[in-house]
Amino acid sequence: MTAQPTDPLVEVTDLTVDFPTAAGDVRAVDGVSFRLAPGRALGLVGESGSGKSTVAAALLDLHRGTGARVTGTVRVAGRDVLAAPEAALRRLRGGTAAMVFQDPLSSLDPYYAVGDQIAEVLRVHRPGTSRRAARARAVEVLDRVGIADPARRARARPHEFSGGMRQRALLAMALACEPRLLIADEPTTALDVTVQAQILDLLHELRAESGLGLVLVTHDLGVAAGSVDEVLVLRGGREAERGPVAEVLGSPRAAYTKELLAAVPRVDAARVPPPGGAAGAAPAPGEPLLEAVGLRKEFGRGRERTTAVDDVSLTVAAGEVLGLVGESGSGKTTLGRMLVRLMEPTAGSLRYRGREIGRLGERQLRPLRAEVQMVFQDPSSSLNPRRTIGESVADPLRAAGESDDRRAVRRARELLDRVGLDPDWYHRYPHEFSGGQRQRVGIARALAPAPRLLVCDEPVSALDVTTQAQITALLAELRRELGLALVFIAHDLAVVRAVSDRVAVLRAGRIVEEGPVDRVYDSPQHPYTQGLLAAVPVLDPQVAAGKRALRAAA
Amino acid sequence: MTGYVLRKLGGALLVLFLLSVVVYLLFYVAPGDPARLACGPRCDAGQIRQVRDQLGLDESLVAQYLHFLQAIGTGRDFSTGTGVLHCPAPCFGLSYQNGQPVTTLLGDRLPVTASLACGAMVLWLLLGVGTGLLSALRRGGPAERVLTVLTLTGTATPVFVTGLLLLMLFCASLQWLPFPSYVPLTEDPEQWAWNLLLPWTALALLESAKYARLTRSATLETLAEDHIRTFRAYGLRERAVVGRHALRGALPPVIALNAIDLGTMFGGAMLTETLFGLPGLGQLLVHSVRTVDLPVVVGTVLGIGAAVVVASAVADVLYALADRRVTLT
Repeated sequence: MTAQPTDPLVEVTDLTVDFPTAAGDVRAVDGVSFRLAPGRALGLVGESGSGKSTVAAALLDLHRGTGARVTGTVRVAGRDVLAAPEAALRRLRGGTAAMVFQDPLSSLDPYYAVGDQIAEVLRVHRPGTSRRAARARAVEVLDRVGIADPARRARARPHEFSGGMRQRALLAMALACEPRLLIADEPTTALDVTVQAQILDLLHELRAESGLGLVLVTHDLGVAAGSVDEVLVLRGGREAERGPVAEVLGSPRAAYTKELLAAVPRVDAARVPPPGGAAGAAPAPGEPLLEAVGLRKEFGRGRERTTAVDDVSLTVAAGEVLGLVGESGSGKTTLGRMLVRLMEPTAGSLRYRGREIGRLGERQLRPLRAEVQMVFQDPSSSLNPRRTIGESVADPLRAAGESDDRRAVRRARELLDRVGLDPDWYHRYPHEFSGGQRQRVGIARALAPAPRLLVCDEPVSALDVTTQAQITALLAELRRELGLALVFIAHDLAVVRAVSDRVAVLRAGRIVEEGPVDRVYDSPQHPYTQGLLAAVPVLDPQVAAGKRALRAAA
Repeated sequence: MTGYVLRKLGGALLVLFLLSVVVYLLFYVAPGDPARLACGPRCDAGQIRQVRDQLGLDESLVAQYLHFLQAIGTGRDFSTGTGVLHCPAPCFGLSYQNGQPVTTLLGDRLPVTASLACGAMVLWLLLGVGTGLLSALRRGGPAERVLTVLTLTGTATPVFVTGLLLLMLFCASLQWLPFPSYVPLTEDPEQWAWNLLLPWTALALLESAKYARLTRSATLETLAEDHIRTFRAYGLRERAVVGRHALRGALPPVIALNAIDLGTMFGGAMLTETLFGLPGLGQLLVHSVRTVDLPVVVGTVLGIGAAVVVASAVADVLYALADRRVTLT
């Protein structure tokens, strides 16, 4: 059963995966079929729960032994994967087809040196390779994926690597045994946009060089656009649409694909006026609500002192939306927490409606707590899992001094209704809800004391793109109807453009550029902003290729 | 790292100092006159006065404590009326019972307790970690069930019951083993091990269920981690995945707990020592409390305290060495 060069590298026919649960079987993948020619790239795209990772795992039969029921056929390089005996399957895994996972921090063993882990995999697939030769090969592949000083780095443990370097190390492990197929499951989702662009460029380069076939799993249509030849859009475990990437993203046939594309925020398009509002609905900015001057935050002491926020000055006017963008470590979360005074600034002044609040103690801050509220990133961990959602919303009311419990409950039910949840869900617990619904609860809780300013820290980054669009629409609506001012913190440049009036770009604790969104996005002045914008994935494969060429030339 | 060790050392000294104050105070709160106790039951009032004078019991409490501390640094001479008994530094006093320096007594007993504790540790690690690993990998298998019942029974049964049963079975009925008596390792290693086998087993049975549970939960936790999936997806045999990667991740908590348990064994194995007639620290402590031999009580308590304090510092260092992501500050 040797594979001919013309045979498809991957051939999946009628793949179905069921996960048995206490409440009956859950069908994660339902009758999916596709083929991939050698050296070609296929994108498996879809929202969470669409079954895309389950399909990817089935290519190496990683479901074996987990209790999942897999039917249909999966052939990789001519071998029937689902029927392959253990030994043959082990040879396939990592030898013929290698997998790269999403979270590069947890995907490597923290206890062993990176080079040793690569060498270990190599020795499994090339029995007879000496330890020394395996180590040398590990250094070679680390060098190939662009790790500087690979001989020294090979001896480091994963926690000594940055996120991007870890993902490169995983790619090096994948390349070690010269596979014919690379399966990448959300390989850049945990990375900053500039690092994401570097990793995707590297993937592209490796494929061009070695003729690797690629199956790329991603929720980000922009990532798929720039990296694959064909896409398979999945929804609820079924194929929604399949075809060449330019066709599917350029002129989608399936209603779901259209919906998905419409929900993707565009970094290159000016904000469309929100539905129902007048064109250019942003109200004229009112008086300054919150003013920061020379704000600074340091952590640690002595030699370990780091400056997270460094001399930041900004103003939020009543009723306006200020976007704060920055990559991980830029200090945006620290800044957000100082603005609501969850943290005390090390230096600088912070004024709320003309009153200095930077140094106030907890008791003096009490009245401010009702005026300035925060919405957090992770809606599942920022709600108390042991309290009903209604109680979580009512709590801030009680904290603000509402002593009549019936009134508090009534108001909490109104708020649930206001954010688009059924008030009768008052007595349900957070785990009964989806991510988007939980974020609505988080917003309702923040609205409870009737604040004037809402600081939202990455409020949509844990959500699917369609849910993301719903939540940003909700925030825009609340802002319009309640006259709320928003500080919108996010790493996603497109989302920030979609919701903000003005934007400030943070880098290493400093604001490098600030201005009206359209001005900053359309003609960025600072090279850092230009670099960030150049790294954002775009939906048009041709534009993506052009941007890649530009990055390569730079 | 150096700063960490210094800080730990300072903390350890503080703990020992406080311990010595508390024990020293007990010395005086304890019912009975130390001089009468030291002198023995057949002393008349004159002799007792003489002893009180020799022991410096007429001085104030603070002065006596300072003398006690000073003796640790420089040694101390005790007059016996007929001559002078020198107690070399570090001096923790002389036993009321036989006039021997406390340090000599402790020095004699330490190897016994160390032999008991270390041997038992090897056994409880083998039994506990083995059982835990097995139950993480083959849940519900026959070997796992037998071992789990064995370790749980061992923990649930008081050591004097387990120990007696072992003695009756292996020494009295089957006569496979001698009734334990301590033979120093340096004298005859084989006899040393044979004689200690039963006490080791009794202690190991007592401790192993804890290690089985800890190993099991830590292994299951590691097996659920993403990097295990990575190595499975790269074609490693399950044996290598578990042996090299899952077990490695489960070890740090086991190592840390083990260091503390080992420290506790130095004072906590008194039942075992007494039952098997091993002249260790625990037995010494029990004996000295029973005979109200106060200098020995103070010395032994401090010695055991030192073992626990050192063990907890060692546990921290081992944890950091086992998991390099942890930094000691």
